[in-house]
Amino acid sequence: MAAQTPTREQRAGTAGRQMDGAHMVIQALLDQGVDTIFGYPGGAVLPIYDALFEHDKIRHILVRHEQGAAHAAEGYARSTGKPGVMLVTSGPGATNAVTGLTDALMDSIPLVCLTGQVATHLIGSDAFQECDTVGITRPCTKHNYLVKDINDLSRIIHEAFYVATNGRPGPVVIDIPKDIQFQSGVYTGPSQIRHRTYRPKVKGDYAPIQEAVELMAGAERPILYTGGGVINSGPVASQLLRELARSTGFPVTSTLMGLGAFPAADRQWLGMLGMHGTYEANMAMHECDVMVNIGARFDDRVTGKLEEFSPRSKKIHIDIDPSSINKNVHVDVPIIGDVAHVLEDMVRIWKARNARTDAAAMKQWWDRIDGWRGRKSLSFRNSSEVIKPQHAVQRLYELTRHRNTYITTEVGQHQMWAAQHYHFQEPNRWMTSGGLGTMGYGLPAAVGVQIAHPDALVIDIAGEASVLMTMQEMSTAVQYRLPIKIFILNNEYMGMVRQWQQLLHGGRYSHSYSEALPDFVKLAEAYGCVGLRARTPDELDAKIEEMISVDRPVIFDCVVDKQENCYPMIPSGRGHHEMILPDTEDGGPGITEEGKMLV
Amino acid sequence: MPPFIKDAPIERRTLSVLVDNEAGVLARVIALFSARGYNIESLTVAEVDRASHTSRITIVTTGTAMMIEQIKAQLDRLVPVSKVVDLTAEHEAVEREMALVKVQGTGEKRVEAMRLSDIFRARIVDTTHSSFVFEVSGAPAKLDKFIELMRPLGLVDVSRTGVVAISRGPEGM
Ligand SMILES: Cc1ncc(C[n+]2csc(CCOP(=O)(O)OP(=O)(O)O)c2C)c(N)n1
Ligand SMILES: [Mg+2]
Repeated sequence: MAAQTPTREQRAGTAGRQMDGAHMVIQALLDQGVDTIFGYPGGAVLPIYDALFEHDKIRHILVRHEQGAAHAAEGYARSTGKPGVMLVTSGPGATNAVTGLTDALMDSIPLVCLTGQVATHLIGSDAFQECDTVGITRPCTKHNYLVKDINDLSRIIHEAFYVATNGRPGPVVIDIPKDIQFQSGVYTGPSQIRHRTYRPKVKGDYAPIQEAVELMAGAERPILYTGGGVINSGPVASQLLRELARSTGFPVTSTLMGLGAFPAADRQWLGMLGMHGTYEANMAMHECDVMVNIGARFDDRVTGKLEEFSPRSKKIHIDIDPSSINKNVHVDVPIIGDVAHVLEDMVRIWKARNARTDAAAMKQWWDRIDGWRGRKSLSFRNSSEVIKPQHAVQRLYELTRHRNTYITTEVGQHQMWAAQHYHFQEPNRWMTSGGLGTMGYGLPAAVGVQIAHPDALVIDIAGEASVLMTMQEMSTAVQYRLPIKIFILNNEYMGMVRQWQQLLHGGRYSHSYSEALPDFVKLAEAYGCVGLRARTPDELDAKIEEMISVDRPVIFDCVVDKQENCYPMIPSGRGHHEMILPDTEDGGPGITEEGKMLV
Repeated sequence: MPPFIKDAPIERRTLSVLVDNEAGVLARVIALFSARGYNIESLTVAEVDRASHTSRITIVTTGTAMMIEQIKAQLDRLVPVSKVVDLTAEHEAVEREMALVKVQGTGEKRVEAMRLSDIFRARIVDTTHSSFVFEVSGAPAKLDKFIELMRPLGLVDVSRTGVVAISRGPEGM
């Protein structure tokens, strides 16, 4: 029998050692392999900051707002596959973090958020900077803890990492009263700790996987509909997805969150689906006879009108979260488990069975898909006078595609144009706020990505309105010399709002004009970074090249067409087959009264 | 609510939920019901195993079969929840509730209250010259009936526990 290898904390000799709460926090983070935390100090976390002061193994990144800490931690997590860690003070520190926590919950991003709390004897007395953090964050975390006993502290921290990263990932808050941070207790290492009862199922049952393979083999019009779950499951899942696609020959589409899991350069790739997805992806979803949902959740941005969603298909659904099954759409074959585990079995069974679909039917299906592709739904009328936003993203893609590039976005039209025109070949390269749609996500997320990948080219494709929500994090980027590039598609409108007002409210543009914008170039200079501006298509390429070559943070003000709309589009309340295409922009199906009620 | 859920008939189900008895667990369960718009008809909770810090929550809820499936999955997803069982659909179960019922009155009404309590096998747990407190237990419908009968006889106060339930037969949860 092999000798038992000592655990990390045994080697370090820390397990069972007496230490104060603040040092316990640091020790637990070290034992969890944490190298970076994003945070902001305050009275209720001073002891932890004091313990951090002596440490060089954990890098603390000082943000400028706690929301920024959360998004930075998300960017770090999403681009590395590791949990993101943040540290904030009580009261306003905790409430400022709420948007970021909700964002992480909606997009299943593993975060551990340490919050300071007033001393235990003051809890409930409306003490200075007291708030009910566990109460406030209960609905926006996967789980949360209030530490009331120093001897629970290390266990809770280790458990929090387990909970954040196992099953469907998500944010976990640990609220630590100040007196606990000073108290002394016995440290427990992570090796023995999982959770007493929480055991998510990762391996899918054999029978439904086999049933799924049967269905897939009999399919004449199949499609793989993939989502963020493939990314969350890790790089192996993306490899297995490619293998499944190759073995079956099925077309592949993906949600916004899943982009990159399947290479956009592949012939089987149909592009993103959903409200601003491609015509071919949405039509294939509508017309398919077998749909394989892999780590997606039938979100309303994807399904459109539920009554008309893929009416003739048998649906297979792979998800680690049983509550995703049959939530919005009834599925025929549910498979509960981690994507990588399930796909491994699925590919194996497919190959062992020597499964083959009807070649003639598949040929016919691909012919139909090629017909839909022929509509060129992402096309737009380019201009030599003004920069079209789609053109800007295309040029950005062409000029950065051969580099080690990571893209984050804000929320709005620019986000959709980025998803449509920037093409990803690998997972973990695309960071965007999908579920919550949080304006202000992209800049701090870029900070987190750049911290994790110091040598990469990290670009936030931004809107001028969104980016102002967390602009102060430029100061963070400057402080830590993070050469992030903020590429603003500046249309001087909350473009997505303006587009909806045009389509739904008769062009009454109520408060959607970006008034009194700062001069972004001067703003960049004020922050101590580099400002660039492109006004015409002629100068675009050279300016982008300049942005790439600058080894400092850059704010790029890309002045684009103010009126451009984002197409194709499924109007709210409509089905996949009722898209507005760029060339039917005027004659497309309108929005029903019922549709107006939807967001 | 998705269409395939919307049109199905509404059913009443009793769910048994085993949870780690930690701070906030009840708040989590209740918040889940309010956040997702589920109904709670009754909810009871108490620790059932001190050594393992396990509490048992019994929830009576209503919804379509698919909604109940969702409720179960959502409950199961809560980290401190270790088991969720639908006692109505998956088992034959015994359901019981207890009520304390205060009735005030003298003369004919007092005698009639006494007589009825006997039929319902209610126990008198407190009495004065002009009042009784009855303890009555059984299926919720039986309690409803008893309370209705007491109403014209001087019903003053009712306190009910909510339903507790357990499956029939030898198997545990
Ligand atoms: C925090 C927040 N507030 C409001 C919204 C609603 N909203 C969605 S898109 C949008 C406009 C975004 O404008 P901009 O950043 O300029 O992007 P554009 O659509 O012009 O590309 C707004 C206000 C939101 N998503 N997030
Ligand atoms: Mg804009």
